[in-house]
Amino acid sequence: MIETGEILQTMAMIQEQNFDIRTITLGINLLDCSHPSPEACAQRVYDKICKTARDLVRTGEAIEREFSIPIVNKRISVTPVSLICQGDPRPIARALDRAAKEMGVNFLGGYSALMHKGATLADERLLASIPEVMAETERLCSSVNVGSTRAGLNMNAVRDMGQIIKKTAELTADNDSLGCAKLVVFANAVEDNPFMAGAFCGVGEPECVINVGVSGPGVVKRALEAVRGEPFDVVAETIKRTAFKITRVGQLVAREASQRLGIPFGIVDLSLAPTPARGDSVAHILTEMGLEMAGAPGTTAALALLNDAVKKGGVMASNHVGGLSGAFIPVSEDIGMIEAASAGALTLEKLEAMTCVCSVGLDMIAIPGDTSAETISGIIADEAAIGMVNNKTTAVRVIPAAGKKAGDTVEFGGLLGFAPVMPVNTCSCADFIARGGRIPAPLHSLRN
Amino acid sequence: MTKALISVTGMDATGIIARVATKLSEMNINILDITQTILGGYFTMMMVVDLDGANMEFSAIDEALQPVRDELSMTIHMQRMDIFDAMHRI
Repeated sequence: MIETGEILQTMAMIQEQNFDIRTITLGINLLDCSHPSPEACAQRVYDKICKTARDLVRTGEAIEREFSIPIVNKRISVTPVSLICQGDPRPIARALDRAAKEMGVNFLGGYSALMHKGATLADERLLASIPEVMAETERLCSSVNVGSTRAGLNMNAVRDMGQIIKKTAELTADNDSLGCAKLVVFANAVEDNPFMAGAFCGVGEPECVINVGVSGPGVVKRALEAVRGEPFDVVAETIKRTAFKITRVGQLVAREASQRLGIPFGIVDLSLAPTPARGDSVAHILTEMGLEMAGAPGTTAALALLNDAVKKGGVMASNHVGGLSGAFIPVSEDIGMIEAASAGALTLEKLEAMTCVCSVGLDMIAIPGDTSAETISGIIADEAAIGMVNNKTTAVRVIPAAGKKAGDTVEFGGLLGFAPVMPVNTCSCADFIARGGRIPAPLHSLRN
Repeated sequence: MTKALISVTGMDATGIIARVATKLSEMNINILDITQTILGGYFTMMMVVDLDGANMEFSAIDEALQPVRDELSMTIHMQRMDIFDAMHRI
């Protein structure tokens, strides 16, 4: 029998400490929607999504109600569009956005191209359309994979993405360059990621699949408050125990959603995903460990411990784990990160170091609007190199906020939050980026 | 067995348990366990119930409790037990 104390602990985690299921993401294979006519393909895409996802939101809401656990987002990820479009991809983009609205999901991911080794004609067409599509659509998210540990880095794609991000920022200038918040550049992109903006349904996935992302930085922080001053062994153990509890609920929700929808369960993403709300911050877990602010010396070590303990605790709580599992460190979506960046404690360079030991990468970072395309490409290349060499997923989601300079603030609203514009090293890397070609895959022995 | 936790909180008064239990009985919901206490005049009760006997959806049961909430001016919250089992039992 469950004890009263345990019931109250669960209730407190949900009601006071912002524990929630961050997303139920329905992955849908669209390979069978391909058609030589873009319009016909778009219609097939729209019809298939509306047929497969029609019960998604309703089912998610029913689970929320019955278990009294908020499920913040219900989302859809689809096969990378470059794999199904045989001509102009823009009609498909519009169909995807329409389908997302019709299904009531707030984001749909998969306007994507996987070009870690090279670009197909479809990849090139999709890339060229990204700025316009990000400006025209509301709920569609785009991602591009430019490198992998096995293939190396496609530096032509890295060069192009700098320009595409700039252009996207300019076309969405009226909205603080919001288009860039829906666009992410990956190395080692994963096929089962439930989180936006980088979710897509990989070709190794089944016809359709339920992936769930959990969250709860506030719960971890509260647990650590009880062990102030204790050694790191205790800190790690406390995080593991908390992550286990969080993930078990993720597994429960995933199983329930899978059963009710008749769609196979894929993975639980063992994530700590912050929101701009107070009490829902990954940065504040780091400060709870004894740092004045995120970015202080010791931050990378603290994050390494956190990230590892979350995985160790979570992995036993779920049948299948995957996605981007780990702690996320988006700047604009985390009040502690926002405070640290505003105070100058957290720099782009420190964030880059932090991405070596935690999930994903340089995420939701506003940079000056006059940052050159080459500099953005340089930032992407550095981050992708970290992913390539360390055999992990890394990503870049930067927003060169049009008309803004370092110290200004950009406001995206909702879960995307707000962010101080962070200064960028202005030394030129133009000649480096202009080279193009490929950086060869790294050696997998002699690991030093 | 589909079990749910029903928590009832608010200012203490006569007949709270009777009213809630009667309503559950009308819906053929069996009560498996009750803990109840009064803290500073504040009534707190947790009931574990079996929903299998009720020929109603979870949301319909929750709605059927609304008149009881209104009548007693109490907070009545129903939640599936699985979430507690998942979190606290291996």
